[in-house]
Amino acid sequence: MKEQNCVKIEFPSRSVNEGFARAAAAAFASQLDMTLTELGDLKTAVSEAVTNCIVHAYPDRLGPITMKLRILEPDTIEVQIKDRGRGIEDVERAREPLFTTGGEERSGMGFTIMESFTDTVKVRSRVGSGTTVTMRKKVSRRAATR
Amino acid sequence: MGSESVKVSTTQSGGRLTFHIAGELDHHGAGALMGRIEERIEALTPRDCVLDMRELTFMDSSGIAVIMRAYRRMNALGGRLFVENVQSQPLRVLDASGIDRMVNISTST
Repeated sequence: MKEQNCVKIEFPSRSVNEGFARAAAAAFASQLDMTLTELGDLKTAVSEAVTNCIVHAYPDRLGPITMKLRILEPDTIEVQIKDRGRGIEDVERAREPLFTTGGEERSGMGFTIMESFTDTVKVRSRVGSGTTVTMRKKVSRRAATR
Repeated sequence: MGSESVKVSTTQSGGRLTFHIAGELDHHGAGALMGRIEERIEALTPRDCVLDMRELTFMDSSGIAVIMRAYRRMNALGGRLFVENVQSQPLRVLDASGIDRMVNISTST
């Protein structure tokens, strides 16, 4: 898929940045003529992925989170959220609904929501090195080519 | 509630305790919100608890954990939990979670 535009943002794993990340993603995505529902889906998926970094990748310390957004031909937005935290031991299990190591404050629905709200979710993880989540979502309409 | 982007106020009428939740609910604000809900439920032991989401514009899966925790507390008291006036984006999250099989959910009127 041909890349039309991209942006890369790095921020520390402070929970206040959950809101910043989804607002930044929505601002970048505004150049696509997305519906409000699609925009809400994108923000939700970003919020889930960034929260996973904050809660699970860096449970005891602050660390860097990189968010890369790409607009791809045709009419697709890609979001990549990357951390350099502790990694996921069993990715398949982590993706199961209701599985969580986050205690009563977490629902275990993060990956389920990401999968429901985007078209594809790829997870690459290495214990001790970090995790990269890449999501793609095709949008239904598009503004005139810029 | 500090720098959280979610705000909450409560009203009580008879045995019905209502939490009016506004703004954006994510992991950043969920802990404090859970604490507030639990504290009020335990102090007032209502028969019915309502989470009024009319002014909640965004919610991720952190909101599901908040609802589940309120549900468990109300269940322990033998009371009921209602989630009311849910807007479109939070409703999509609730639908994806399947939580409507356990909790009474109604959309905005």
